[in-house]
Amino acid sequence: MTAIPANSRLRYHSQLRQSADERREDTHPLTWRLRNDGERIGLDEYRQKNGYEGARKALELAPSDVIDAMKTANVRGRGGGGFSAGVKWSLTQVGDNLPRGYLVCNADEMEPGTFKDRLLLEQQPHLLIEGMIIAGYANRSKYGYIFLRGEYVDAARAVALAIEEAREAGLLGADVAGSGFDFDIALHTGAGRYICGEETALINSLEGKRANPRAKPPFPGQAGAWGKPTVVNNVETLCNAPAVMQHGADWYQALSGTLSNDGGTKLYGVSGLVQRPGLWELPIGTSGWDIMERAGGMREGHTLKTWLPGGGSTGFLLPEHLELPLDFDTIGQYGSRLGTGLIAVVSQQQSLVALLRNLEQFFARESCGWCTPCRDGLSWVAKLLQAIEHGEGQPGDIELLQEHAKNLGPGLTFCAHAPGAAMPLESAIRHFRADFEAGIAASHKVVGDKEVS
Amino acid sequence: MSDTRFYDSATATPFATDGDGFTLHEDDQRAMLNERAHYEQPQAVCIEALKIVQKRHGWVPDGAIAAIADTLGIGPGDVEGVATFYNLIFRQPVGRNVILLCDSSSCFLTGFEELNDALSERLGIEFGQTTPDDRFTLLPTCCLGACDRGPALMINDDTFGPIAPDDLDELLEAYP
Repeated sequence: MTAIPANSRLRYHSQLRQSADERREDTHPLTWRLRNDGERIGLDEYRQKNGYEGARKALELAPSDVIDAMKTANVRGRGGGGFSAGVKWSLTQVGDNLPRGYLVCNADEMEPGTFKDRLLLEQQPHLLIEGMIIAGYANRSKYGYIFLRGEYVDAARAVALAIEEAREAGLLGADVAGSGFDFDIALHTGAGRYICGEETALINSLEGKRANPRAKPPFPGQAGAWGKPTVVNNVETLCNAPAVMQHGADWYQALSGTLSNDGGTKLYGVSGLVQRPGLWELPIGTSGWDIMERAGGMREGHTLKTWLPGGGSTGFLLPEHLELPLDFDTIGQYGSRLGTGLIAVVSQQQSLVALLRNLEQFFARESCGWCTPCRDGLSWVAKLLQAIEHGEGQPGDIELLQEHAKNLGPGLTFCAHAPGAAMPLESAIRHFRADFEAGIAASHKVVGDKEVS
Repeated sequence: MSDTRFYDSATATPFATDGDGFTLHEDDQRAMLNERAHYEQPQAVCIEALKIVQKRHGWVPDGAIAAIADTLGIGPGDVEGVATFYNLIFRQPVGRNVILLCDSSSCFLTGFEELNDALSERLGIEFGQTTPDDRFTLLPTCCLGACDRGPALMINDDTFGPIAPDDLDELLEAYP
């Protein structure tokens, strides 16, 4: 037996496609510190590179001023929701008579096609801890949790080490950095299940329960973990807070220039059959073409048929949509969502029905089973698609799929899982109906108004 | 010690934990009680406790459910409900090495099906099965977050990608 060496080509290492000379402190707040060798940045190196300066500044302000800065900077939720982090923080119940609550970092990255938080967790965990100190202070949180998916073993090691380093340096625990603010962080690793990424399911999972979502209201900001006010933010969202505090909200908002109303940068990426799949930190509002160009375009022999802008729960877009700025408001106008901002490209040679079947099987499997439309509807959808994929679809199946897409839509199920599954389904049929028609069994083909066999 | 702790494991007295012929290892019980310090309520330790048992035994036998419940002072039903919900908690024996093959969309676009076929043929097993020599268990998994190098898989704690069918000899050889 020969163990696979650490530098084997077979091993997966998270990496950014931009080298250190392409990244600067004033333009790449999330990644400028990252090393070309991809090694974790320890506390000393992080501090040498102005680390914990943003937290120091925040701790000198009133919590409400920190929240105002986040609102002005317009940092929108990078986990896919796009909700303003500053507004979320301002909705947390805070008062002298209320118990201090919790800050939970959603590091349960499982959205199909998404591989951005892994980079930050493995290579720069101190940026996340600094962001959590800022968020914890702004929300008067007593304690922070990093809810990390169980499969991210290297990230768990990196984060645990960083928490230890920060605690020893007095940046966590009682009296954080001499500010009088008490705050500590624990790493909580999961045991699978995509649904844990839904914020109320995540809170249930954190409490050691089955990850079924909770009814809203009450929202977590009012009553979350153990009934206390709880803020749940994505890794990348929290990692934006230090630069906002250090350089100011106006500077941050200006990073995206005229590209977008949203502020800051975004970790964008491409997967699928492109020449150079990968990750880039770019101003939010960068166009799909720009990112595709960085990825070197499609692999030889392939042309682009369609693409998902930000995960399996976003809607399919057409090649012409690549010219759009990739931000929350713009993509939302085209029957899709920005989601996580990591593009998955689909070649003309790929059967779209097969891909959609794969996606819907995923959503059916990952349904927590709590509510009927999701539990029963998604496996029904997967079955219909499987039949169409094999040329065994029946007349009316496409209409039935469209009906499912409606019945699984927003507001009709307990959480956003089923609406997320409905989006690629609805958009795929809207854009590529002929692909589905080709899978309706030949023996039932309708010619004119007559069924022929 | 900071005043942000919820519980002091150093002064805790463990409960007796025999059930169904399963005895919780003393170190494992201590590890569970150490975890307890991070949470307001003991049930929050439940998933970690299951993972601690699984790390030692490879899977979670029925007797462990009662032992964990006793250690944490919670109901066995609560532990069982959790143990059957999460896909990385194994309620039946698995092989010495567990392969988690990513079957999500980006890997699907880059060769998951060919890789799955090659793996199944080589090992003679399908998803959810273990080889007769108990060497490998093959399971599907949600997107592994390695989409820029798909198709990807994990063997135990190691992540690999992209893996072509031709790489399987070299890869599997490393896990006896």
